[in-house]
Amino acid sequence: MELISSAPTGPIETRWERHRFEMKLVNPANRRKYTVIVVGTGLAGASLAASLGEAGYKVKAFCYQDSARRAHSIAAQGGINAAKNYQNDGDSVYRLFYDTVKGGDFRSRESNVYRLAEVSSDIIDQCVAQGVPFAREYGGLLANRSFGGAQVSRTFYARGQTGQQLLLGAYQALQRQVSLGTVELHERTEMLELILVDGRARGIVVRDMVTGEVSSELADVVVLCTGGYGNVFFLSTNAKGCNVTATWRAHRKGALFANPCYTQIHPTCIPVSGEAQSKLTLMSESLRNDGRVWVPKDKDDVGKDPSSIAEAQRDYYLERLYPSFGNLVPRDIASRRAKDMCDEGRGVGPEVGGQRRGVYLDFADAIERLGKSVVAERYGNLFEMYQRITGDDPYDTPMRIYPAIHYTMGGLWVDYNLMSNIDGLFVGGEANFSDHGANRLGASALMQGLADGYFVLPYTIANYLARASKSEVKSSTPEVKEAVKSVKKRMKQLLEIGGTKSPDWFHRRLGHLMWDNCGMARSRAGLERALEEIPKLRAQFWKDLRVTGSGSELNQVLERAGRVADFLELGELMCRDALHREESCGGHFREEHQTEEGEAKRDDERFAYVAAWQYTGSESEPVLHKEALQFEYVKPTQRSYK
Amino acid sequence: MQKTMNLVLHVWRQANSESAGEFKRYEAKDVSEHSSFLEMLDQVNERLIEAGEEPIAFDHDCREGICGACGMVINGQAHGPQKATTTCQLHMRQFDDGDELWLEPWRAQAFPVVKDLIVDRSAFDRIIQAGGYVSVRTGSAQDANMIPIPKPDADLAMDAAACIGCGACVAACPNAAAMLFTAAKANHLNLLPQGAPEADRRVRNMVAQMEAEGFGHCTNHFECMEACPKQIDVDFIARLNRQFLKAGLVARDRLASRGK
Repeated sequence: MELISSAPTGPIETRWERHRFEMKLVNPANRRKYTVIVVGTGLAGASLAASLGEAGYKVKAFCYQDSARRAHSIAAQGGINAAKNYQNDGDSVYRLFYDTVKGGDFRSRESNVYRLAEVSSDIIDQCVAQGVPFAREYGGLLANRSFGGAQVSRTFYARGQTGQQLLLGAYQALQRQVSLGTVELHERTEMLELILVDGRARGIVVRDMVTGEVSSELADVVVLCTGGYGNVFFLSTNAKGCNVTATWRAHRKGALFANPCYTQIHPTCIPVSGEAQSKLTLMSESLRNDGRVWVPKDKDDVGKDPSSIAEAQRDYYLERLYPSFGNLVPRDIASRRAKDMCDEGRGVGPEVGGQRRGVYLDFADAIERLGKSVVAERYGNLFEMYQRITGDDPYDTPMRIYPAIHYTMGGLWVDYNLMSNIDGLFVGGEANFSDHGANRLGASALMQGLADGYFVLPYTIANYLARASKSEVKSSTPEVKEAVKSVKKRMKQLLEIGGTKSPDWFHRRLGHLMWDNCGMARSRAGLERALEEIPKLRAQFWKDLRVTGSGSELNQVLERAGRVADFLELGELMCRDALHREESCGGHFREEHQTEEGEAKRDDERFAYVAAWQYTGSESEPVLHKEALQFEYVKPTQRSYK
Repeated sequence: MQKTMNLVLHVWRQANSESAGEFKRYEAKDVSEHSSFLEMLDQVNERLIEAGEEPIAFDHDCREGICGACGMVINGQAHGPQKATTTCQLHMRQFDDGDELWLEPWRAQAFPVVKDLIVDRSAFDRIIQAGGYVSVRTGSAQDANMIPIPKPDADLAMDAAACIGCGACVAACPNAAAMLFTAAKANHLNLLPQGAPEADRRVRNMVAQMEAEGFGHCTNHFECMEACPKQIDVDFIARLNRQFLKAGLVARDRLASRGK
């Protein structure tokens, strides 16, 4: 299989413009004849469904939550990047493009990234017009702040809840379309299978999570905006419901899964407190703008009250190691260094699993420099959240933070049009692999979700529909009936195992295997061990799972069982991908491949490609396909933030 | 050393919207003070599954206090005893060993029970559909800095926009009114120049939908603000009332109401 990116060539500044002109359009009067399925109502899904509804298409949108407004984009705190250069500090589309390619450790497609930077400005305009209450200065103009991996202030924010405000903007636009009758919205509805007819994506099988009814939904094109797969680690900053099922089902139907091992660890999360922990909470990276990260110089001081440790006895290790970026180094570097400190025995906080896993994030200097009220204005709600969870007050004592799984750069492989290798299956937002390479910069996830939904997919989907032949599928079409039947059969199987252990029991074990072997640092030995253990755990799952209740009612155990079953397959693919990539890049750190200073060591000769895996069966090995990456504009160098 | 505790729970169990519900007694044992309230329920549920019993159904998702999915009445208080805190952010250090807790779903005619502690809050979505948006098409926006907005206005809009749509305000209100929610949503947009052109229409339509859904009327108990995890101010309700009055007067003026 040859992977054709369909990315335009020629001067990068005009690629998207020329591509837009070359794409076909659908006449406004004809749009209502086309039905588009959008799965997921986060930033990408909600913005896309609203935009397509406005344009006149018939849209069916689906989410597993009880309201479209609750998709996990809502939890993003820090902000959204855009190359507005409102601060007159040297920003430009080209600089945002450059920073993103470099930040992604030269493992993304230049054309896609340039387009992302190009439409970033339009996103801010769109959101402000919708009434998103971004932070403002006293003159009434928009405020900005800086974020990790950048030396300009290009991040727009709405207190510590930028994700919620952007999602509400998109959700409100979506609800407006619902009231106008262009969008049919199905909440508490989960996609469990993709329907292919003649090799083309023509629908999905869904389960109504209240009645348990399984049915088919058909369309001319299917778009998955279903988010990332960080919950494979059990403990992550994702919402509890986030899952890989939609994209994994598509993968099993032939969609290639690209770079599954590229996962992002977020450096500023609240450390694990005990065995019953169900999720990890992120504290916005923006905290690193004013907070200083340190650990005691002396191992003997780790158990002491931090206020009793003298300035000279503290090691502000990020400022020491990276003088020019200091506490604002990119996420992967900040995370790995925190791990190093804890592995050296200089971590702080309580011991969990035999190690102190935490470093201090200290605001004492900021409070002295800016005053408590300014610090409260910037981070007040984050401080409150921290206090609610830990019982400590960060105005008085430093926060304790530790890295946690936060975002997954990998996802379904897509071309420049964001279409997967399956005809008529498009993928937007975190669910695709497209723009962040091996590491995502802060405040870029919101940007990508909205870029895909508002400004990229509406064009490329129209182009697809204008070119595709019109044909009808019905619920009685054999492929449709077969897909519905297979979903019912699988659910029956899960319900009938009759074992002794809950889905969470397996999920926690999978999470441990993944975190220990495919987490912040990976090695051949560890990955090989995980590749032995995961199939065993999977086999045990299908023998010893217990699902209570029935399929014809609201059944949260059944929902979880289906998701864990898919994670158990994905986890293996991630380890396989991590094992084959004999280099370190971005969020993928192989212990065997590091510089003398402990930085990631890429191997551009052998690995400057996208690894796209093809499913061949649950017990057979996947096939690797490669899309070579060319860097015409940003020449690969070793990233340096010193 | 972590403190652990044992608790007795009386949980509302109801198979579906049609059936009658009842309280059932459960024991939560060896719960760490650092666990969240929902982690405590996770532990109870794990033991129920092990015993082959159906676990307690409750809505939850982000578990960091922002998605608005979770919520239950704990000993008569929506989201439990801690101020400005969603159920998922409530931690067990707020409770003591031996405590006896009564857990119920949001109680309101407009929020029918779906199962156990899960209710149907789609009425909120329909209030938004009635007017909780700015009618702007994708791509039609001007430069974001074209309209300066005084910082106090933007901040006040943000205060209203902080609503997470959890429904605690309705659950806490003796009349099961949705005024705090509706006021927050309408004021967020009405306060901004972008939302001004549709302000009258928005207020009239959202209030009409709120009433059609079967929410009660506001009689100024202010329990909503007490229960609100984002501490949305009841003064937004006063503003909504004024806006509603004005919108009604405009609607009677035949010339001014053309096209509204």
